[in-house]
Amino acid sequence: MARTLPPLARFLIRRVITAILLAWGITLVTFVLTNLVPGDPVAANLGQRAMNDPAIVAQWRAEHGLDKPLWEQYGLYLQGMLQGDLGTSQQSHRPVAQDLAEFVPATLELAGAAILVSLVLGVAFGVLAALRRDRLPDHVLRVLSLIGISVPTFWLALVAFYVFFYRLQITPGSGRVDPALGMAPGVTGLQTVDALIAGRWDVFTSAVGHLITPALVLALYTIGLLTRFTRSAVLEVLGQDYVRAARAKGLPGRTVLFRYVLRSALVPVITVAGLAFGSLLSGTVLVEAIFAWPGIGQYAYKSATTLDLPAVMGVGLVVGVVYLVINLIVDVLYGVIDPRVRLQ
Amino acid sequence: MTLDITGLKVSIGGKDVLRGVDLRLQEGRVHGLAGESGSGKTMTGLAVLGLLPHGSRTSGSVTLGGRELLTMAPRELNKIRGGEVAMVFQDPATSLHPMLTIGKQITEHMRHHLGLGKREARARAVELLGKVRIPGAEEACGRYPHQFSGGMRQRVAIAVALACSPKVLIADEPTTALDVTVQAGVLRLLRGLCDELGLAVLLVTHDLGVMSAVADEVSVMRDGLVVETGPRGRVLREPSHPYTRSLLDSLPDAQIEEGGR
Repeated sequence: MARTLPPLARFLIRRVITAILLAWGITLVTFVLTNLVPGDPVAANLGQRAMNDPAIVAQWRAEHGLDKPLWEQYGLYLQGMLQGDLGTSQQSHRPVAQDLAEFVPATLELAGAAILVSLVLGVAFGVLAALRRDRLPDHVLRVLSLIGISVPTFWLALVAFYVFFYRLQITPGSGRVDPALGMAPGVTGLQTVDALIAGRWDVFTSAVGHLITPALVLALYTIGLLTRFTRSAVLEVLGQDYVRAARAKGLPGRTVLFRYVLRSALVPVITVAGLAFGSLLSGTVLVEAIFAWPGIGQYAYKSATTLDLPAVMGVGLVVGVVYLVINLIVDVLYGVIDPRVRLQ
Repeated sequence: MTLDITGLKVSIGGKDVLRGVDLRLQEGRVHGLAGESGSGKTMTGLAVLGLLPHGSRTSGSVTLGGRELLTMAPRELNKIRGGEVAMVFQDPATSLHPMLTIGKQITEHMRHHLGLGKREARARAVELLGKVRIPGAEEACGRYPHQFSGGMRQRVAIAVALACSPKVLIADEPTTALDVTVQAGVLRLLRGLCDELGLAVLLVTHDLGVMSAVADEVSVMRDGLVVETGPRGRVLREPSHPYTRSLLDSLPDAQIEEGGR
């Protein structure tokens, strides 16, 4: 049956199967790592007096399944996970899945907006720098991208907050939307999308306004990185024989740039963008804290400091799966752009 | 249509690469351009279409049917490129884009220069691929360069060059990157197309064996100058310039005789 499928579909199926196996590996790793951490969840969650009462401790352990052997705990965890049950947070006393459903979309919206801005600006700047090599635009962009790469995110976040919100008062403050408007209800959890679906134009503009500063702060590093990478990738492709051959065919400069140069140059750029998304996610912890963005970064920090193991495992699982999805997207894009990958 | 190169001088970064080259290409004739690496053969070919590397300065004259190419406006020159003067490059593994189908690479400039629709261009591509003897031309259109052998790729590159029925074909070492066994086939193809379509061909090569197999006229370059030019038989059998003689002496004896038509 597999023989009759088109190459791209076969390529996709292979990658998805690999991704599922990796996802299972992630559950194992998060589980083992979480349980290896020195620290007693009992001590972290029960008060001093309760700790001294063996009956209470035993009851608490039994309640959270901690009295069973580790492999059995893992089995139960997997079983629950397949039914959408990630355990109950010891802090919020709510199902972890419910907590995640609330916090993950906020982070995805922030990180998604940041990576989108990075790709558009980074690639555009990189192409411009390469085409105007060693001239003014190239020099200016070199300085700007180096600044973007070297400035620490938390400092930038504080300065941006101070300058644009406190001093100039041109951006809204913390949070995701103006509290007076209330959140738009919706299925995606992405405020901008939900507001559009609900037809709440006021909520949409407020959500975009709240998103701009933290997303730009988060994106600045990636913009700088992608500018540098795109520039060198484009310069390398410009020297290729097939670009000269395309010029010899009398194709317009636009066609040569988009069809011949960018197509090849995007392959390394996509690789870097995929990796950069990882560092972008870790950057959200700081940015969310400063802009009071109710995302998974804040949730992870709170869970880790209180040894809320089900919550920590849930966060680990989500972050791992996000990485997998990003890598899957990168792999698929390779296959779409480069026939040599998909026709192997 | 004839292509006349007179007093062509090129310097790149202050270094003189061509120091006054004179060449004349006529329709239906293959003009072989020989010489060692660095003698300026390739630069001569690139200068005709204004494809020299950045920072190069050109003077002299290149005329195609009376129109001066060196001072032509970029838009006008782009119509000549691929439309009236086409090029075939040395290594088909790098001169075809690895991520675009053969069909796309044959038809895109046809559609641009000749204003053909998708289906007309496609039909012509299949016809061209047949002409350069690619088996299964119809389905070859949907394939990518890496799915062809080196010799087949160079035939594809020749089909790409011929797509807009150019008058002049500049072939820069078209057989150098190929296996010896497929070189002869590609050369025979070039010669046949030249006769059939009345192309004026500039065949750049460092291989005098290749030259003797297909060229009508031969020019020999050294240090950015043409040191000798004339009909193939005379230049290869009775060279008047000592440099041509030393080039011929460096060949194994039998090669010229065997290669001759």
